Amino acid sequence: MKVVFLGATKGMGRALARLMAQRGDQLFLLGRNPDELQRSARDLEIRSGNRVGIASCDLLQPETFANALDQAASALNGFDTVVVTAGLFAAQEALEENALLRDALLTADFTNTIHFCEQARQRLLSTGGGTLCVFSSVAGERARKPVILYGAAKAGLSHYLEGLDHKFRAQGLCTVLVKPGFVKTGMTAGLPPPPFAGEPDAVARIILKAIDRGTPEVFVPPIWRWVMLVIRNLPRGVMRRIGF
Amino acid sequence: MRFMHLPVTTLNGWGRYPITRGHEHRGEDLEAITAGAVLTRGLGRSYGDSSLPPPGNHLVAASSLADRFLAFDAETGVVRVEAGLSLQHLNDWSLPRGWFTRVTPGTQYVTIGGMVAADVHGKNHHVDGCFGEHVVALHMRVADGRIVACSDAHEADLFRATLGGMGLTGHILEVEFRLRQIPSPWLWVESERFPSIDRLVDGVKQSSATWPFTACWMDGLSHGTALGRGIVLRGRWAEPSAAPPWLPPRKRTVAVPFVLPNWFLNTPAVAAFNALYYWKHGERVHRGISHPATFFYPLDAVRDWNRAYGTRGFTQYQCVVPTSGAERSVQRFLEVMHLHGGLPFLCVLKDCGAEGKGMLSFPKPGITLALDFPMRGEHTQRLVDALNEAVIAQGGRIYLAKDALTRAEHYRAMEPRLDAWNSVRRKWDPAGTLRSAQSVRVLGDQP
Repeated sequence: MKVVFLGATKGMGRALARLMAQRGDQLFLLGRNPDELQRSARDLEIRSGNRVGIASCDLLQPETFANALDQAASALNGFDTVVVTAGLFAAQEALEENALLRDALLTADFTNTIHFCEQARQRLLSTGGGTLCVFSSVAGERARKPVILYGAAKAGLSHYLEGLDHKFRAQGLCTVLVKPGFVKTGMTAGLPPPPFAGEPDAVARIILKAIDRGTPEVFVPPIWRWVMLVIRNLPRGVMRRIGF
Repeated sequence: MRFMHLPVTTLNGWGRYPITRGHEHRGEDLEAITAGAVLTRGLGRSYGDSSLPPPGNHLVAASSLADRFLAFDAETGVVRVEAGLSLQHLNDWSLPRGWFTRVTPGTQYVTIGGMVAADVHGKNHHVDGCFGEHVVALHMRVADGRIVACSDAHEADLFRATLGGMGLTGHILEVEFRLRQIPSPWLWVESERFPSIDRLVDGVKQSSATWPFTACWMDGLSHGTALGRGIVLRGRWAEPSAAPPWLPPRKRTVAVPFVLPNWFLNTPAVAAFNALYYWKHGERVHRGISHPATFFYPLDAVRDWNRAYGTRGFTQYQCVVPTSGAERSVQRFLEVMHLHGGLPFLCVLKDCGAEGKGMLSFPKPGITLALDFPMRGEHTQRLVDALNEAVIAQGGRIYLAKDALTRAEHYRAMEPRLDAWNSVRRKWDPAGTLRSAQSVRVLGDQP
């Protein structure tokens, strides 16, 4: 595969990019911090023996998207897979108090992620199709008190990806919507791990299988599908009372 | 701020004793998470309280997500990595490429940063020394917040105090070290059994004269003329002509799924197992090709094996005693142990080579003995006290990475290098910011 990767420097993205690099996929990394990108690219090069290119791309600056994808296309001589794991995360209280943070998170995780996916989709379709793998969250499955704003953005994103699948799969665009439950990464470091918390490496293996098979929706760790099935069906009165 | 409302969580080392209040600050960005932290921990594989925060401070930086390769020179075998990279991931990468770490401890579930902090040794200590001998340079965050590069040539005092310094001289961010080219990823291994302690110590010494890797398993529950009987294991990297042409497959592991009842590992059961293991080996010398994981990391085959000791946990006592009269020393230990009713469920014995450059590193020429005891409260404390007195009398010392129970006065008595190390430590951390539960207990740091 020739993969353009937005968000390979940390967490699940880092683990997934390594699996891809190790089996010989060609990678091109996009991200906002050039030093971090360079270090992650070097890591992947040492692990795989293949060259890994980088370009600057910031979810808060949509004007960077086109150029970044151009650079990726020319470095890889065209690409067939786009992975988007980047996004912002903040606690509900912080988002309620800080309007700037709220705006940044909603813009990055919903509006601009969709802008990025639109550009990626058009490019993939123009070359006959490919895979668009986007990380949403189980937070988008049911409105819950600790993740109202983050969850709303992710719910919107999940909705969008599902729509792409309905409309474009027949034309060769394969969307893979990843819904992580709690995974022990730097992003969740400040939170106490709940039961069924996953490790990035194990989760990445499942996601890679989903990308290879074109599975439209994947929960990781898989048990979160059933956890969320229960939570989605809890009555409103219960959701009002419980704290999660 | 993010941690203000956290529920109470606990941390512990591999021995599951002690268990203290604490929380890991995990993150990919070591520079960010170590800012203001009193201690960094890796994978928490030290046995006692080396990786636990001091009583008054519940937060430790956790490095295991900072796991990137930064550089590799295929000419010289020098690799540079972030300190949280696990040895397992290093091995998975290096073995198929014909390289291997020059020193490995008995588990691969450790971070490279932790290997520096404990200045680990392995089955080849008698020829290759500690891991620190092969470290070229370190990148550290020191107590005042600065990021400092150190090596033999630059800030050498900090460098040498950090090898074996238990993470108390600064947070280790990046490690540059030498790998060794190996002829094949398999090992040629022999094992031979010896019926008594004298013959066993003699056997390991003779093996070490011609073999790069040696160690012994000892039956710590045997008595009388069979006291200290055991099996010597020795090996070397196999030549390509003798090795299978394929790469060693990843070993399947099983896990202990939950903390087993305290009676699960008990003396009669372990004594029976030991006797069976010893007799099953037979008189003859076994020879053959071995998987590297089987040879270097036999216990890694059972994940979470520390749970088998039950809720009370266990402690490992590891000491080294000088070579002259080592057989007597080891015998003396076994007698002290039996006198105190301490029955070690696992005993490992190995000869050590020369002292390395780490100012506080554990090994020195002699015989090292590692004994696993189930924790039985005051009883175990008295046993460790008695063993420590025997170590002091024989001019030996203990390994901090294993220790949970040694008293400060005992440690001081067995460690004449402590003042020199402390003066370097204080130079880089005058306020005494960096500390652990162990440094408060053993080194007298402020809680």
